[in-house]
Amino acid sequence: MQPLIQVEYLVKRYSSRGVLGSGEVVSALNEVSFSVAPGKTLALVGASGSGKSTLALCLACLERSTSGRIWFEGRDIAALDEKQLRAVRPQIQLVFQDPASSLNPRFTALEIVTEPLLVQRKWGTREMHERALALLERIGLSRGMASRRTGEFSGGQRQRLAIARALSLAPKLLILDEALSSLDCSVQAQIANLLLELQSSFVLTYLFITHDLAMAAHLGDEIAVMNRGRIVEQGVPEKVLGAPSHEATRGLVAATPGSIVTPRMPGGL
Amino acid sequence: MRFLSRRLIHAVLVLFGVSILTFLFTSLAPGDYFDEMRLNPQIAPETVVALRAQYQLDRPLPVRYARWLNSVVHGDLGYSFSYNSPVGPLLWVRARNTLFLTVTATLLSWGLALPLGVWSAERLGGLPDSLISWMMAGLMAVPDLALALGLLLFAARSGWFPTGGLASLGFESLSPINELRDLTLHMFLPVAVLVLTALPLLVRHVRAAMAGVLHAPFLRAAQGHGIPRRRLLYRYALPAAANPLISLFGFSIGALLSGSLLVEVVMSWPGIGPLLVEAILSRDLYVVVGGVLLSTLFLVVGNFVADVFLYWADPRIRAGPVAK
Ligand SMILES: Nc1ncnc2c1ncn2[C@@H]1O[C@H](COP(=O)(O)OP(=O)(O)OP(=O)(O)O)[C@@H](O)[C@H]1O
Ligand SMILES: [Mg+2]
Repeated sequence: MQPLIQVEYLVKRYSSRGVLGSGEVVSALNEVSFSVAPGKTLALVGASGSGKSTLALCLACLERSTSGRIWFEGRDIAALDEKQLRAVRPQIQLVFQDPASSLNPRFTALEIVTEPLLVQRKWGTREMHERALALLERIGLSRGMASRRTGEFSGGQRQRLAIARALSLAPKLLILDEALSSLDCSVQAQIANLLLELQSSFVLTYLFITHDLAMAAHLGDEIAVMNRGRIVEQGVPEKVLGAPSHEATRGLVAATPGSIVTPRMPGGL
Repeated sequence: MRFLSRRLIHAVLVLFGVSILTFLFTSLAPGDYFDEMRLNPQIAPETVVALRAQYQLDRPLPVRYARWLNSVVHGDLGYSFSYNSPVGPLLWVRARNTLFLTVTATLLSWGLALPLGVWSAERLGGLPDSLISWMMAGLMAVPDLALALGLLLFAARSGWFPTGGLASLGFESLSPINELRDLTLHMFLPVAVLVLTALPLLVRHVRAAMAGVLHAPFLRAAQGHGIPRRRLLYRYALPAAANPLISLFGFSIGALLSGSLLVEVVMSWPGIGPLLVEAILSRDLYVVVGGVLLSTLFLVVGNFVADVFLYWADPRIRAGPVAK
């Protein structure tokens, strides 16, 4: 099966200009290659600073990669200019690691979710509002909250709002950068199940970035492990977490108490 | 609404204070309008004394202020000695001309500063940005007066623009289109001076405010939803950067107004400026007080408009203290 997204030798370097112009180059991504098939989930784990968020930003075309290719539905989106990208953007959505700052503080929850729809010009105002409200409800925000501004929500509610916004465009690829980490366990499980449900009904493809190995094993069809800007190991959860081959993976597994790998049941926990 | 009513009370207090201060300062200056008459041998000293009594210049200051305030409340701004007519209508015609100049200059300078500043901020450090920055720095370095005189010289040499006044002779006989053309030509020079002196500061502030929000994560997120660049700039970034700019708007009205008073004198535009200068020189007390008060009123109204803007532009202020 042809992959939905295929990344080849992706490199991202940040040059930080120090004092007196002594330029220091940080290699955040170092020849990263992987692919994800449509309707599947790749869980991405790795130590802090290993380049996970950078990869997410590059895939969403919010950072320009230094070199390499990103094939999305047969097109190299890393080579597109801003105008061509506009048609692609709605299909790749990113839920930011810090949802609070990614929401416009002047907008109400309803505006946040309808704004991306507005630009698509596919729906009338009533239909847009209906869609947005239904989505908010599905993600666990009541209709009464829809007219509140983002500053009046709790951290977890903002996280849900960010997820709802990303889903509103019905993307093909959804990148979730530690999108569940500020939620409590029961809500985490609830949203994880919602994600699985949506995946089976809309053939969604996920790149799920997390520090939580159990969640990675639960949601991921495969797990990829990042270390210092490289993907050092990739495979099914049982193999990667049960018999890790790379030292970085062993470190992550050792740091997690209890047994991680629980066989994934169709239909949730 | 509490926000606005508080601002309104504030405005009235400012007007009140300014009226007291102008009254005080004009009275502290030695002499009055009738002092010159005393030197005139054809006018008997008794006449001067009688005149002063008639205009109540011989009464103590607090009494004069109280009487003046009372008549102002009743819509009478006092009497001009040198024009020998009530101050109200005199000021009104002049004020209209000044307002005309100031409002046009305000709209024009903001209409230019916003796109220039946004454009600059979008290409921070690039060639267009540096070009604009240098041009603005250059403009800022030229004193207002030099700019006005330079433009006047240019107009006189080229003959493209009339160098003074508000309308040509025989203005009334022109067709409406030609009237408009005549007015535009007459306004061009004073408005150009005002806009050019106001622009550098405005562009700098717009640029700085926009540069501060252009890297906000929520803008990047919005970009990720495929929202077009123009909409990002004007619907997301500009409102986020607007609050300091709206306050600057109130301030810019003040700056343009005081600039306008100066430019009017230099370019003989029949506004409040030349009237005030004349009145101050001849110690025409009520014209001075009325003129200063009217200018203050413009300022206060300008700032109030800015406050209304602020209220209207920021949903978080509108929502009141709930949205902390
Ligand atoms: N804008 C930037 N400029 C310079 N360096 C950056 C920038 N963004 C990230 N980096 C560097 O790139 C590397 C990878 O950062 P990244 O945010 O991708 O890590 P991460 O895996 O998401 O970490 P975490 O789990 O803590 O979120 C880090 O060394 C970081 O310092
Ligand atoms: Mg990260």
